[in-house]
Amino acid sequence: MRDDALPSNEPEVVADAEALAARIPDGAFVALPPDYSLVAMDVVRALIRRGAKDLRLLGVPVLGFCADLLIGAGCVAEVETSAVSLGEAGLAPRFSEAAERGSIRIRDATCPMVHSGLQAAEKGVPFMPLRGVIGSDLTRHRADWKTLANPFEADDALIVAKAIVPEVALFHARWADARGNVWIGRRRELATIAHAAKACYVTVEALREDDMLDDELLAPGVLGSVYVSAIARAPRGAWPLGVIGEYGIDDAHILDYAKQAKTREGFARYLEQFVLKRSAQPA
Amino acid sequence: MKPDYAREELLACILAGLIGDARHTAHVAVGAASPIPATAVELLRARQGGRPRLSLLHRRRGNPFTEGSRELFDLAGQGRIDVFFLGGAQIDGEANINLVGSGEYPGVEHRFPGSFGSAFMYFTARRTILFREEHSPRVLVPKVDFVSAPGSSPPGVWRRGGPQALLTGKALFAWQADRRRFRLESVHPGVGADEVRAATGFDYDAPAKVGATPVPTAQELELLRGPVAAEIALNYPEFARRVWRRAA
Repeated sequence: MRDDALPSNEPEVVADAEALAARIPDGAFVALPPDYSLVAMDVVRALIRRGAKDLRLLGVPVLGFCADLLIGAGCVAEVETSAVSLGEAGLAPRFSEAAERGSIRIRDATCPMVHSGLQAAEKGVPFMPLRGVIGSDLTRHRADWKTLANPFEADDALIVAKAIVPEVALFHARWADARGNVWIGRRRELATIAHAAKACYVTVEALREDDMLDDELLAPGVLGSVYVSAIARAPRGAWPLGVIGEYGIDDAHILDYAKQAKTREGFARYLEQFVLKRSAQPA
Repeated sequence: MKPDYAREELLACILAGLIGDARHTAHVAVGAASPIPATAVELLRARQGGRPRLSLLHRRRGNPFTEGSRELFDLAGQGRIDVFFLGGAQIDGEANINLVGSGEYPGVEHRFPGSFGSAFMYFTARRTILFREEHSPRVLVPKVDFVSAPGSSPPGVWRRGGPQALLTGKALFAWQADRRRFRLESVHPGVGADEVRAATGFDYDAPAKVGATPVPTAQELELLRGPVAAEIALNYPEFARRVWRRAA
């Protein structure tokens, strides 16, 4: 029998975002939250500085600014996602160009199929059924989506998503405590990807001395340390994206990026200014 | 003479009419980057004492979801969402939508963001209003190049809901589920029925005399520019700045 056991972790605290990025090998299958959730931008920038190659990104369930940066910088071989967009700032320019040139592979999905595949992995079962989707052309290009007869009712087919097990879950959070528990608040998609992934790397705004599981008000927003592989402190580590309650998304910066990144030259200038030099972002 | 309302205000008022009053619609969900549908729901809420319930996917503060980004889909799967909105890089005469790109997939000519939750929400929400401002043969095509989500399903395929109408910047079409065809309902101010026919790549039914889309009333405009604009500016700052010159 195949053993697909996932680890029971004792999280390590590492020096910084660069040290976390160093644990993500080239070619890794990395699950990322959407821009409106909590994105580990400091690690994304560190991956670009390292010259990471052939990453496979999983959008849970969509991707935005961070994926556009990684794609533009040549770090990505494949994206599996329901969409890549900059939201109000419009199309993701480096993603669009890479898709039109055929320089990355795209495994197009639809949001709840991504969630279902991860939920299957959370439970350790091989697949998860879902309503809808049958008749969409998406199904023609996904060998890991199949239809299955409802075992309880006649003439009722359901689509099933094969379990998705990312090699790495990567995100940012507000706090980690002395035991390695991480506070994600209501952003439960982060818990889903941490539960499903083989390794989970988290940057945090701040490290706390206490045990958050002792506090009944904090505990429901905690991701338990059993799922967490390594943590690094990275204040304002989500910038120019936001951490709700701490700082908002930097809309002007994203709009400016959307304009600059329309051309390869503009994108290169952006990288030079905000990514390739360390600590280029405003404190 | 220039009309005394913005195009976005006209479209939001039409969408509010399509959603309908609170007796028929308890819960409306609005997906990514959809400020005009969100404006329509906020207009109804301002008029109807806070009803219907609005679940805005990308609400920046006071987001209604506590189970993460999958909760909207779980709600829809259970049948708790009455109305949802979808657009399309391409929409065809059978109400199929394409959010992926034009050309033969996967070698697309123009890549768009992707299908989002459409392949699920189009089946599970009770009603879907199709909304795309651009009304051109490039968008409204005879047949979409890629079906992100189909407009109808054959017997035997589970489906709770489907399209109700298609609203564009020029006209409003009703969906006729029995005929699997659109019918032209009304044309917006300044637009002729011939112009709509020429700008539409698919065939559709039309009455001999096509009505005019009603323009926003003074009361609607007052609500839009007051409480609705204030609410929308919190989540769609760029849109509010453009339409109402209002900062968040």
